[in-house]
Amino acid sequence: MDSPLRLIAVNPVDRLARTIEALLVVASSPLSVSELADAAEDDPERVETALGLLRERYAEGKSGIVLERVAGGYAFRASRDAADACARLFERPVERGLSQAALETLAIVAYLGPCSRPEIARIRGVAADSAVASLVERGLIAEAGRETGAVGAVRYRTTPLFERVFGLESLAALPRLDDLGEDSGEIRERLLEVASARAS
Amino acid sequence: MAPAAVYELDLDLEAFEGPFDLLLTLLLKEELEPREVDVVGIVLAFVERLSERDEADLEACGEFLVLVAALLELKARLLFPDEAAELDALEPEEAAEELARRLAEYRQMKEAAAWLAERLAAERGRFFRLGPAPVAPRGERRLAPQSSDALAAALRALAAFPPNVSLGHMALRFPPVSQFVERFRSLLGRRRRFDFDSEVEGLSRVEQAVAFLALLELRKSGEIALSQAAPFAPIRVSRLSHEVPGSSRAKEVPGFSQAPAVSEPERTAGLELELEPVEGREAGFRPSDSERTSTWTARSA
Repeated sequence: MDSPLRLIAVNPVDRLARTIEALLVVASSPLSVSELADAAEDDPERVETALGLLRERYAEGKSGIVLERVAGGYAFRASRDAADACARLFERPVERGLSQAALETLAIVAYLGPCSRPEIARIRGVAADSAVASLVERGLIAEAGRETGAVGAVRYRTTPLFERVFGLESLAALPRLDDLGEDSGEIRERLLEVASARAS
Repeated sequence: MAPAAVYELDLDLEAFEGPFDLLLTLLLKEELEPREVDVVGIVLAFVERLSERDEADLEACGEFLVLVAALLELKARLLFPDEAAELDALEPEEAAEELARRLAEYRQMKEAAAWLAERLAAERGRFFRLGPAPVAPRGERRLAPQSSDALAAALRALAAFPPNVSLGHMALRFPPVSQFVERFRSLLGRRRRFDFDSEVEGLSRVEQAVAFLALLELRKSGEIALSQAAPFAPIRVSRLSHEVPGSSRAKEVPGFSQAPAVSEPERTAGLELELEPVEGREAGFRPSDSERTSTWTARSA
């Protein structure tokens, strides 16, 4: 036999996994399965299989690099073990100094988006201009068309960066709205209680 | 004195800094947006002022409450302009329901924000690469294989001299004026007068025009006289000088003092010069100059 002896047999899926590994190292934002399949010129199903192989290989605790499913795609990130070292050298500027007003605005856009500034102001009871501007600047929300009507206000939606920063696979990973807050019935009863206490 | 204390209350807010009464004036003049005014800041400043005193000034408190309540109502109306009327029309029961619904909605969003804050704190250890998106792998234009020979052939085809365009169809040719001048002189040497029209008959329009120019030249130099019985009647040309035909130069005749200072050949040369560009172009034509000239000499002979 002319060819040199190979210690590791390379099967086709393993070769595809290597290609995907390379694509993910170069990428600076999550890549979807279809994007990976197009770039690797391979079948999406085989890409999924290769990704399964890689997720096993790059699971938390196995390597300094972790493969995660985030923002509708796949991306590498640093392992949590290395977080302190990373924090000494890098920062996460996107979320630094995120105010309560900005978080509330972000929650409204994430749940009700696309929605406009007047809508946000109606729910929060205060003007939302500066909170919206700060979120746009951070890249957590972005413009998404206008409301219908003569003076259609600009509408906003969350960006893939929002999902990535908050570690969400998609917006569907947010907790259900019904599970949050009190029932309006409870609030109404409390209001009536206060009213009757004042009246007596 | 007590109400004055309210008006003189010093405020240090984000949108405004100064006494309370100035703030109210600015609001009434609409020079300050009520929604920019932090009402809590005003209340806190007043409470602080109160706490500095030993006894509670009820009159000042009452005055302040009225003012702040009015301010709050103004701000609320401006924040929800279109909903003010809508809420007015509601029954107390419905209003309570609406208020409860809104409070519940806001409470939900507040909790969602709290969940996001928790999530953010939990995810603080996640570090990942952020940067411009990679170059899209699509939209690439593929070119057919090219050879340098094909390129050279294409360039050679482009660099070839264009074929000579024939201008043969452009029949406008001008015989030199001097030719007619000489011809008419020799004619007048033999005859005293001749008929211009019959002499140029059969020539082309352009040739007839040049012959006429020669006639005018001869008239100018005083060698001939022209007469015509009526407009469009035949032009009669008669000899004026008694000179020997062929050498009838105006300046050589003593009697012709008004004769132009310029000698005749020069003048005809000047005329020829004017026509030169056309002649020059003509030089490239197939019927050569010499061919044409021979035709003329044959005629005048």
